[in-house]
Amino acid sequence: MSKRIDVKDLNVYYGNFLAVEGVNINIDAKSVTAFIGPSGCGKSTFLRTLNRMHEVLPGAHVEGEVLLDGADIYGPGVDPVTVRTNIGMVFQRPNPFPTMSIRDNVLAGVKLNNKRISKGEADALVEKSLQGANLWNEVKDRLDKPGSGLSGGQQQRLCIARAIAVEPAVLLMDEPCSALDPISTLAVEDLINELKDSYTVVIVTHNMQQAARVSDKTAFFNIAGTGKPGKLIEFADTSTIFNNPSQKATEDYVSGRFG
Amino acid sequence: MTTTLTPTPNRRRSALTKGQLPKYAPWVVLGASLIVGAALVNLIGFNPFGWGLISAILFTVGLVAWSGSVEGARKAKDKLATCLVFGSFIIAVLPLVSVIWTALVNGIPGLMTPGFLGTSMNGVTGVADNKAVENGTKVLGGVYHALIGTLQITALATVISVPVGLLTAVYLVEYGNDRFLARAITFFVDVMTGIPSIVAGLFAAAFFFIVVGPGTKTGAVAAIALSVLMIPVVVRSSEEMLKIVPNELREAAYALGVRKWRTIVKVVIPTAISGIASGVTLAIARVIGETAPILVTAGFATAINNNVFGGWMASLPTYIYTQILNPTSPSNPGPSDQRAWGAALVLIILVMLLNLIARLIARVFAPKQGR
Repeated sequence: MSKRIDVKDLNVYYGNFLAVEGVNINIDAKSVTAFIGPSGCGKSTFLRTLNRMHEVLPGAHVEGEVLLDGADIYGPGVDPVTVRTNIGMVFQRPNPFPTMSIRDNVLAGVKLNNKRISKGEADALVEKSLQGANLWNEVKDRLDKPGSGLSGGQQQRLCIARAIAVEPAVLLMDEPCSALDPISTLAVEDLINELKDSYTVVIVTHNMQQAARVSDKTAFFNIAGTGKPGKLIEFADTSTIFNNPSQKATEDYVSGRFG
Repeated sequence: MTTTLTPTPNRRRSALTKGQLPKYAPWVVLGASLIVGAALVNLIGFNPFGWGLISAILFTVGLVAWSGSVEGARKAKDKLATCLVFGSFIIAVLPLVSVIWTALVNGIPGLMTPGFLGTSMNGVTGVADNKAVENGTKVLGGVYHALIGTLQITALATVISVPVGLLTAVYLVEYGNDRFLARAITFFVDVMTGIPSIVAGLFAAAFFFIVVGPGTKTGAVAAIALSVLMIPVVVRSSEEMLKIVPNELREAAYALGVRKWRTIVKVVIPTAISGIASGVTLAIARVIGETAPILVTAGFATAINNNVFGGWMASLPTYIYTQILNPTSPSNPGPSDQRAWGAALVLIILVMLLNLIARLIARVFAPKQGR
């Protein structure tokens, strides 16, 4: 079910601007990998290249290879839609579909693709996904109410339920807790720990304690200056990155000394 | 236990409320300026318009001067701005109220005549009108044929314009990417917005002259002419509505492995549908009152014609136009006037209904809030 990702010599461009340069990284299946680094260093941009969301923006393109269990997702003839079915994504700001109920939001991946599903199967899928996102008990009595009526933290967990309802092999999370209070953040972090059993999780975070709490491995990105491309500085076990980094820049960043 | 009571300072003369005009000040100034205004206007001969104008000027000057002497320059400027805003509002609303009032006063006798909405002008001659005036009997004839024509022509124009306009807007927002074609379309849509309606009518007439033959005048030709006027409005309003759908929703759908066209059909358009629907309704309201393009494309009829694709057709604006310009009985234009005003009232009611429907649609389709 869950798959590994191997990235080889990836350059990411916005038009002619090189945003991220020369990334090589191997993300294991059933692990949590955290991307940390200062704002603008390209970690979100890089994350979006992992499920071909990057190219949605006009002019954006990449060079290099991203292998999902050995198959290049940027290979010729690969349909980005297939890639995205395999690699789900949770965004920084909760974005439930405003026209849909909570139930329909969870089923969005199925219904928007016009797949036939019986009511019983749909009910089971809704309950399983919401259970998986730690949201079931809070919303089980109001599944037909609009998703936009939930609190911010609940909306974010609804978005996670929506993402895992299509059962992707990999789940990408782009700063999923940056708009949430500590209690909701804790709920999402608990959830990430549970998701690890069946999914490969990649999370971008600005919160280093969060990276230390949830991830098995951590990647540190940095940027030399404005207009220069972001680079992967160091990638190692989380404990190594935070306690015994091999690069000076990493040590400065994780210990709070900048520049 | 003892409680110490701090002495309450005098509420009426608090230091914080010092130097303010009393609440009744505007009413005092209003009353005074109305009286003085009436006196001044009487010097040159009384008329209500002059009375209102002079009173308004007196009110503004009086209130601002009083406020300036008591409250200071800042408050006086505030009062001046308030007076200007209110004055502009009244100037803007007066014509509207006047139009509705005139249409009501002149239109109700026509509208209330039994059979006005249910009969056509077929067989209603100048002789009948002369009799109605001489004997004081009810005015014969009605707007049924024109109402049918207006509704059919506008409905057909809408059926043509909405798919074309909506799909154009979808192209511009979702696929155009600011390419040359998209920019060219935007430019020409803007140009189309400014086309005089008679030119649109001539275009449709000339088009059918070439394609079908000389003298082709049907409701469908008029519908084509109206859709030339409607399409740019629909494109523009739909484009704006599609633009404000947050990109996050599109990305959320893409991330679930949903194809682009399904994302547009099932996420983007439903999110924007309330705005699109009210934009379409407003576009309909804009073309339903067009006269010139219908005269040159659908001609004019006095009898009921239910076939939008064959034969000349009346509509409410052309009905009003002909009743006023060529009264059925040239010696007794009264009944024709009455019918024209009645038709005008029907048209205004139609447009108002359309606006109400637009609001209703916007409310029904709006993304649901609440918990």
